[in-house]
Order: sequence, then structure tokens, then C-alpha cells
Amino acid sequence: MAHQTEVSHHAPEEEHPTSTGINNRKLLMWVFLSSDCLFFGSLIATYMVYRGQSLVGPYPVDIIDVPITTISTFVLLCSSFAMVRALAATNEDRQGGIIFWLLMTAFLGTIFIGFQVYEFNLFREEGLRIDTNLFGTTFFTLTGFHGAHVTLGIVWLLGLAWIARKGRLGPKTALDVELAGLYWHFVDIVWIVIFTLIYLIGGFDTGPAGDPSLVPHSITGFLGLI
Amino acid sequence: MATLTDVIDRPSSQSGLWSWITTVDHKRIGVLYGVTAFIFLLLGGLEAGVIRLQLAVPDNTLVDPDTFNQMFTMHGTTMIFLVIMPLSASFFNFVIPLAIGARDVAFPRLNAFSYWVFLFGGLLLNASFLTNQAPDAGWFSYANLTEKPFSANQGLDYWALGLQVLGVSSLAAAFNFVVTIVNMRAPGMSLMRMPLFVWMTLVTSILLVLAFPVITVGLIELTFDRNFGTNFFVPEGGGDPILWQHLFWVFGHPEVYILILPAMGIVSEVLPTFSRKPLFGYPVVVFSGVVIGIMGWAVWSHHMFTVGLGPVAVSVFMITTMLIAVPTGVKIFNWIGTLWGGQIDLKTAMLFALGFVALFIVGGLSGVSHAVAPSDNQQQDTYYIVAHIHYVLFGGALFGIFAGVYYWFPKLTGKLLHEGLGKLHFWLYFIGMNVTFFPMHYLGLN
Ligand SMILES: [Cu+2]
Repeated sequence: MAHQTEVSHHAPEEEHPTSTGINNRKLLMWVFLSSDCLFFGSLIATYMVYRGQSLVGPYPVDIIDVPITTISTFVLLCSSFAMVRALAATNEDRQGGIIFWLLMTAFLGTIFIGFQVYEFNLFREEGLRIDTNLFGTTFFTLTGFHGAHVTLGIVWLLGLAWIARKGRLGPKTALDVELAGLYWHFVDIVWIVIFTLIYLIGGFDTGPAGDPSLVPHSITGFLGLI
Repeated sequence: MATLTDVIDRPSSQSGLWSWITTVDHKRIGVLYGVTAFIFLLLGGLEAGVIRLQLAVPDNTLVDPDTFNQMFTMHGTTMIFLVIMPLSASFFNFVIPLAIGARDVAFPRLNAFSYWVFLFGGLLLNASFLTNQAPDAGWFSYANLTEKPFSANQGLDYWALGLQVLGVSSLAAAFNFVVTIVNMRAPGMSLMRMPLFVWMTLVTSILLVLAFPVITVGLIELTFDRNFGTNFFVPEGGGDPILWQHLFWVFGHPEVYILILPAMGIVSEVLPTFSRKPLFGYPVVVFSGVVIGIMGWAVWSHHMFTVGLGPVAVSVFMITTMLIAVPTGVKIFNWIGTLWGGQIDLKTAMLFALGFVALFIVGGLSGVSHAVAPSDNQQQDTYYIVAHIHYVLFGGALFGIFAGVYYWFPKLTGKLLHEGLGKLHFWLYFIGMNVTFFPMHYLGLN
């Protein structure tokens, strides 16, 4: 996107206070994230509708490994902490801190992606592919799109670190870091939801003939109930 | 990030083709949207013409069945995504910054991006004709007719990809207009002083922001089913075709308001002007528009009454659908109240606005009749529904848009459109529309 204070003649809208006092780019990010909420909401809804509906294995109970993913979830949570530190360093104009914490955030995000690649490969070896059953289909689609979001965030953070290298990030341009932070925290929160639903709650699901206590969960079922 | 502006200068050409290609000016982008959408309107009209010609006599062999399916699929898809939405976007672009006292939209480059992505998406959809593989599963593309075994050629892939591209365009534009309207108002332009058209643009943009990602996911799942062997909508693999209907209509019903609210906004500007009276009950019109935008999320399954969701779910959606007719009816009374006792000046723009109100009442009444599930069971997939959708989208949305064209054309060009030709246009449209679609009510119910 366009602009910064040092080139403000290119961005006349930033010279004037906005109607709400919220910066335009920040509002844009919030509107985008609200849209992304519905994107992940629809993917998660699809996953929940098809929980326990796989006709053949492997089922979640066969291959979901909660402890391993707990570690990668913890790593991603730590990356949010690093992101907060990066923004704080930017506001306080600590140039070394800005680069360190941006790279740290990206590094922790990369570790998370590494865990995901490892998990995807393991699942493939254990016979779960995207076209194996509904679990594979919905699992790889949902976590895959989340992983793509994280990857995009890593690229963004590395881009910021590249700019910071030239000393261009500081209190005046803190918004650049703040926007990346909003995105990063959002993607993090989405993962918390995914981890809770797919791993902690749905990690022990079996096929349709399995534990009947698992059954009343689908949106279609919900619509049938109301 | 910060360095991009240093690299890319603002376009400097003032005239000629290059100035249009590189423009980031909201008025010019509005013109680009309008002209492009008008060309697509002619194309969609041509497709409708082929449909009617084929049906003019029994056992007609004008086009083969495959081509016929392609025609009605592309007619619907074109009119909704390539005509009414971009024509509305054309007015958003041209009018909104002027109406709220902003220099331009909040993100002019993003605005230009929206237009060019829209053009690319429209061309991509229609490129399917070049290989004779246009989409052919209806504008709603119900699963599992859309799966590979039943739609083996590339048509549905063009459809899914084309709509994804158009979605990127619509979302980028919607983000832009939400920020513009919320943040770029001139001092003193408080929310409750905003012109009605600005309000309806805001509601429409918010609906787009929240509704489009749902169909995005539906289209991703369809694409995966067709190309990566997944079973999202394939019963043999445990999937449920009804899921597509839910995803499609969770988007599709707000989409109905995305199509009609801008036209309602235009009409709310035109009627007061040519009645020489302020809009009757401005806060009520604003509020009913917002209520429609909120309630529009709770009615989607009225498109699925015949699916078998069970009596309770059907009853709930029946009630919510009838409730949403209330704020719509409120608007109609406000418009009539605006006309009441006014000095009515029947200029072309006014005729189209009045045509909108009259035809939208017809479409609204048939709409209430299929809000009633038992009667909808008789109407689903009949000409009665075809009549309804054309009364609200042709008689409604398009008449409202043409009211806007005649109303704002002088603002854009400094010239009035010819009144005589305009009235001829109106009466041809009004009579032609009713002669074509009114009998369909009877065709559908017999
Ligand atoms: Cu609807």
C-alpha cells in the first residue's frame, strides 16, 4: 500500500484527521479481518458439519497427535508475544529491537509452519490424503488455508524487517508494524479456535458408526433441531 | 511498504487512452465501471434473447440443449455479477466522494485495482464461450450437478474461478467504500446527515464484506471437488450436496440486498428531487435499510423450503422472511409519503423511480407469497419465481439504476439526456417488462 509520513504529499488523506479518528489503513485492516472471520467461519462450519461423517479411515482418533500440536500452538502463541515486543520496540525507536523481534516473530511462525509440514507428511504416510475421506478433505482444507495465512504473515514480517534494516521503521511509521501485528494476532486467534475444535474436541472422533455422543454436532443437525 | 510510493508515481496523463488505463480518479473509475457494465448488459440481454427465441415455438432447434443451458446460466451470472453489481459500483464511485465531501475514495489505487480485476473476471467468465464450454449449471450451480461426472467440461471451473476473481474485486471495493464513508466525511457530515444513497452504499458494502467470503469458501470447495478428488458435495463420499445450498444462500440472500439497496438509495434521492419535498421520514428510511441489512442474514433457507430441513427450521425461516418484508414495506410507504402533496415533475429520472416503486411492489408481494412455505412448495422452480426475480431485479434494481443514470448524467457530463428519447426508453422498458414477465405469474401457477 501507499504512503508514510515522510512522503505525505503522496497521501493527502493522511494529513487530515479522519471522521472517526481511526487511521484509514487501520480501519481497512479491521474491515478486512472481519471479512476473513467469515472466511474461516465458513471453513470451520464445513469441518464441524462433517465431523464424524467419514465413511472410511483413518479417523481423527487414529492419527491426531494432540501433544505435538500443543507444542506448535505454544510456539505460535509465543510469536504473538514477539510481535507485541516488535511493536513496542518500534514505538520506542529501538532499531535493534525492531529487527530482532520482527525476525523472532517470523522465525517462530516458520517453526509453526515446519510443524505443519511435518504433520501433513506424517498424515500422508499414515494414509490420510485430501481425497481419502471427509476428515482428510476438511482437515487439509481448513488447516491448509490457515497455514497459507501464516505464510503470508511471515513474508510480510520479513518485508518489514527488510525495511527496518534501512532504519525506516520508528515511532512515525509504527502503523506499518501495528497493521502486521493486527493480522498476525488475528491469524493466531483463528488457530486457537482451530486447535480447540479440531484437536482438543474433535481429535478423538471416529467414523459415523462410532461413539453416538459425538453425533449432534452438525449445522444441518442443528437446523433440524431448532 | 513505505517505499512503494517512492517507486510508483501517481499517474500523470491527463487525456487519451493511457489516462484511462492509469487513472485512479473516482469519477473516471465510475465511468469505466458504468461503460463496461453496460456492454455486459447488452451481452446478458442477447443471451436472454436467445433463451426467448428458443422457447418461442415448440421443438425449436435454434440452439441445442447444451447451448441453451449455457445461455441461461450465463444470462443470470452476467446480469447479477457483471451488470447490476458493477453498475451500482459505478454510482458508488461517482457519487460517494462528492456526496460526503471527500477528495476521492480512501484508497484510490485499490479502487483502480477493483475495476481492473472486475474487468478481468468478466472476461474470464466469458472466455469460456471461446472453447464452447460456458458454465451450464444455472447461476446458483447446485451440487451435485456441478460435480465432474455430471459437468465434465471446463465450464464450472470457469464459473468458480471467474466468480473468485470477481469476489476479490467486490471485496476490495467494499473495503474501500466502508472506510471512505466511515472515515472520509467532511466536517459536519454526521452519519444522520448523510444522503440516503450514501447510507445504502454503506449497508451494501458491509453486506459484501461479510457475505462474499462465504461463497468464496463454497467455490473453493467446489473447485477442490472438481479438481482434487475431494467429496465436499458428493454423497458417495459422505458429503452433503445441501451444504452447497447453505453456503450459496448464506451469501445469496444478502446478495439480493446487495443488488437492491443501492437502487433503493438512488430512488430515495430522485423521488424527493422531483416532488420538491424532502424525503419523508429520513431516519425511518435509514433505519429500515440498516434493519434489512441485519435481518437479511437470518432468512437464507427460504430458498431451501423444498429441501427437507424439517418443519421447525422451515417455520423459523418462514417467520423471519415475513418479518423482513416489514422494513421493506416501511420504505415503500416513506416513498409514497414523499410523493404525497408534492409538486410532481415527471422527468425521465422520476418516471424510472416511480416505475421502480410500482414494479418492486409487485415483486415484493410475490416475494411474500413464497415466504409462505406451503405455497412456495408449489412455486419452486416454476415461472412464478422467474417472474418474481425479474420484478425485483429488472423492475427493481435496473429501473432504480436507470433513474440514477438519468439523474446524475448531467452532473457527469454537463448535458441533460434527451427527455423525449428518455421517456420512450422508459415506456418501452415498462411495457416490455410487464408484457414479458407478468404472464409468467400465471404460467408458473398453472
Ligand atoms: Cu432470499
